[in-house]
Amino acid sequence: MTEQTKLTIKDFTSDQEVRWCPGCGDYAILKCMQRTLPEMGATLENTVFVSGIGCSSRFPYYMNTYGFHTIHGRAPAIATGLKLANPDLDVWVITGDGDGLSIGGNHTMHMLRRNVDLNILLFNNKIYGLTKGQYSPTTEVGHLSPSTPFGSVDPSLNPISFALGSGARFVARTVDTAQKHMPGVFMAAKEFKGASFVEILQNCIVYNDDAWSDITEKKAAPEKQLLLEHGEKMIFGAERNKGIVFDLAEFRLKVVNIGEDGVTEDDILTHDEKNHGMARLLAELGAGDGEPVAMGVLYNSPAETSYEKAVHAQVDYLASGSKRTLKDIVYGGQTWTVE
Amino acid sequence: MSSDIQVLESAVVRFAGDSGDGMQLTGSQFTTSTALSGSDLATFPDFPAEIRAPAGTTFGVSAFQINFGAKKIKTVGDAPDVLVAMNPAALKVNLATLRPGGMIVVDTGSFTKRNLQKAGYDANPLEDGSLEHYQLVELDATKMTVEAVKDFGLGNKEALRCKNMWTLGLMLWMFSRNRAPIIDWLKAKFAKLPDIADANIAALNAGHAFGETAELHSSIKRYTIGATKQEPGIYKTVTGSESLSWGLVAGSQLANLQIVLGSYPITPASPVLHTLSKMKELGVVTFQAEDEIAAICAALGAAYGGALGITSSSGPGIALKTEALGLAISTELPLVVVNVQRGGPSTGMPTKTEQSDLYQAIYGRNGDAPLPVISTRSPADCFEVAIEACRLATKYMTPVILLSDGFIANAAEPWKLPDMDALEPFPAKFVEEIGEDGFNPYKRDEETLARNWAVPGTPGAMHRIGGIEKSYDTGHISYDPANHQKMTDTRAAKVAGIAHDIPLQDVDQGAKSGKLAVVGWGSTYGPISEAVKAARAEGKDVSHIHIRYLNPMPSNMADLLAGFDHILVPEMNTGQLKTVLRDRYLVDATPLNKVSGQPFKITEIQAAINAALGEEG
Ligand SMILES: Cc1ncc(C[n+]2csc(CCOP(=O)(O)OP(=O)(O)O)c2C)c(N)n1
Ligand code: SF4
Ligand SMILES: [Mg+2]
Repeated sequence: MTEQTKLTIKDFTSDQEVRWCPGCGDYAILKCMQRTLPEMGATLENTVFVSGIGCSSRFPYYMNTYGFHTIHGRAPAIATGLKLANPDLDVWVITGDGDGLSIGGNHTMHMLRRNVDLNILLFNNKIYGLTKGQYSPTTEVGHLSPSTPFGSVDPSLNPISFALGSGARFVARTVDTAQKHMPGVFMAAKEFKGASFVEILQNCIVYNDDAWSDITEKKAAPEKQLLLEHGEKMIFGAERNKGIVFDLAEFRLKVVNIGEDGVTEDDILTHDEKNHGMARLLAELGAGDGEPVAMGVLYNSPAETSYEKAVHAQVDYLASGSKRTLKDIVYGGQTWTVE
Repeated sequence: MSSDIQVLESAVVRFAGDSGDGMQLTGSQFTTSTALSGSDLATFPDFPAEIRAPAGTTFGVSAFQINFGAKKIKTVGDAPDVLVAMNPAALKVNLATLRPGGMIVVDTGSFTKRNLQKAGYDANPLEDGSLEHYQLVELDATKMTVEAVKDFGLGNKEALRCKNMWTLGLMLWMFSRNRAPIIDWLKAKFAKLPDIADANIAALNAGHAFGETAELHSSIKRYTIGATKQEPGIYKTVTGSESLSWGLVAGSQLANLQIVLGSYPITPASPVLHTLSKMKELGVVTFQAEDEIAAICAALGAAYGGALGITSSSGPGIALKTEALGLAISTELPLVVVNVQRGGPSTGMPTKTEQSDLYQAIYGRNGDAPLPVISTRSPADCFEVAIEACRLATKYMTPVILLSDGFIANAAEPWKLPDMDALEPFPAKFVEEIGEDGFNPYKRDEETLARNWAVPGTPGAMHRIGGIEKSYDTGHISYDPANHQKMTDTRAAKVAGIAHDIPLQDVDQGAKSGKLAVVGWGSTYGPISEAVKAARAEGKDVSHIHIRYLNPMPSNMADLLAGFDHILVPEMNTGQLKTVLRDRYLVDATPLNKVSGQPFKITEIQAAINAALGEEG
């Protein structure tokens, strides 16, 4: 028996020079992917990265796999067609907050709704990086940018809520710098059969530096991030003395201090990644004062099948039940013969 | 009795009624019987854009025209000889099309005060003498239908639904057509509702019997039209939508590729989506996308994955696909884009025909973005053209635009069925083995300039492609100025080179040089052909050239056009082919344009031929 040579990070790295700004959060995501794919048992030839347009969408060029750098916003549609042609491929869609939620929002929504079996990674830097810093659909109100010199006035979109609202059955969040957290999220996404949506909080050092630092800063992180684990209590804080409970009166999640006002660990919610209602509440967590942002797998509830599988199952079923050929169809119906 | 039957060479009948009157069914069943009798024919449904327009209104009128004859029929006929008007609105809308002295068959039962009002008549046209120059046949089809079906226990509404079959029965009698195929069809259609089937058959028979007895009073004449001399073979009537869809499937089979259609519903292209969606038993994959952009993108994604990607739409949808077409050109992936044209701009006239997307097809993209454009001339022609589009797309690794139009899509004509086993295969070639120096996705075939096609899943051929300019030598991203020049030139040369892989332009009728060439493309084929035939019968020096390959054009086109003193270009647009011909060949092409949403009349083209020749003398 010949021993299968295990692929390494080197095998997944292409010979192309990486052209992101020094210090861009995209580097860390790229490295993590190149490092994690071999661990997931991925093969070079069966892996495809499909992206739109943006800094983030340059990603496929740096992977020594198959890659398609397409047009702005349309990667989900192209990836859907690719999966229809070959359901066996491992397809990763790489997109940005502008690419996937602005120009391509419609395609992202429908790809999630259809539950195409692929993984979508949305690099959210809350800015249009490639076009030099205009505000994006995830930018907070009041942001100053070249196109909003007096501050943006339109409310922003929460990508996780958008994905859940679109019918996504796997939704997760991670951070570019979280080299320990990200691989697990990638693995869970790949494992999931259906459309897995991952929001990656990514820092654009040039046009929106520190956009996430109040959450991702080493010191702030324990207080500002709720690291979710299926079946585990929703406890966070440097002292691990804070937890999440459900406030029925206000119908929302609420932060409590364990050991204060008679609150014990037993009162804290346990994360159930199959619970859609809880996922929707977790998605919005972080908006209020003192609330942490939910990280990890918020929702993971596989369906029986995925879109491309269902399409092919129907085709196969009809094809196996029929002996008709194209000739039969062309020559069918009412014909007449001229001698 | 048969001696009273007048023999005609051809006739044009137009069935018109309210959308709810079932005129399309009546027309198509009349067509079936006519086709089975061996007459040649051409049909065209002319229906309103509104799905359920208020009953009795002029904008709710639906019509179906058939031209049939013992000679070769190439158009649906300039002016009907017979107009069947099921209500006042149908009469009002269609009277102008009738030939002077033509026959009008009306259902007097529907000429009520209210219906006259709805149609906008101040006085009843049946009574005010306004129709005295026509042969008016008045009969109360409403009453006679109700009478004919009274034994079947139908409600009044259901009974009245049989009125179209009563009328059909009468028309079948009038033109000596056979009822049997329609009876068979009714029995099959209403297999689960035998009462409805029987009522319809009774109505059909009653209409026919009415003709027989009316003949005794000699108030209605009876005609017959013989069979055409057709080439031996098996025939059936097809619409352009059907034969185009079948051609696409045939093309994918000949290319040995999985077919993946991405489409979004739009009139008049939807029937292609519907037809292909019904063909899953042949392994056809169809995808109704969220919009036209997603539709073409999915088709392109499928092509990237090694399938034959197809997308179908009409003008407004093609506009949305433009950016992705550029990506297909840049990544050099095979794709077939079907444009079933309709009246524009914008939403324009969705149910009316036009050929005004030629500029869009040839020029309508950002950057220098050439691609092959081919067109179909008739419903039966679609099959072969669709196969050809698939061949060019896969052989040259390029998107191909196939131009059809609303007329071709909906019209029907007899089609001599092709020998399916004799179709020439053109299996697609994938990269399977990687050479010593690794894999270059942009390595080209020396002859066709088509690039390598390696699909994801192929070991060793991993590569990245995209819309950014690529190095000619490696396929990697390149912003090098000289390389962009070279790549732009190469893309153009690849498409231009197709001129040597397509048939030389032939002359459909007439000499290869002379005084006047009438040059057309697409669905103007029928009227141009008839007009040129008539002119030639009068001894005029006229030829007909009909172009299938619009980009690139056949290599002999320049010489061919140079052989004529005058060039007349009839088009259902404001002169798009005319511009292309002038640009490419510096010829003084004269336009003849019509954008009324209706096909050309033969007489309109004849007049232009006379004018063109007259100027010379
Ligand atoms: C049709 C089209 N419109 C606009 C652009 C310009 N454009 C390129 S990337 C981009 C925004 C990218 O933002 P995002 O998706 O957030 O990616 P990032 O660069 O931040 O990673 C825009 C507007 C384009 N390439 N194509
Ligand atoms: S502009 Fe921002 S997102 Fe783009 S590469 Fe530079 S740092 Fe990264
Ligand atoms: Mg961004």
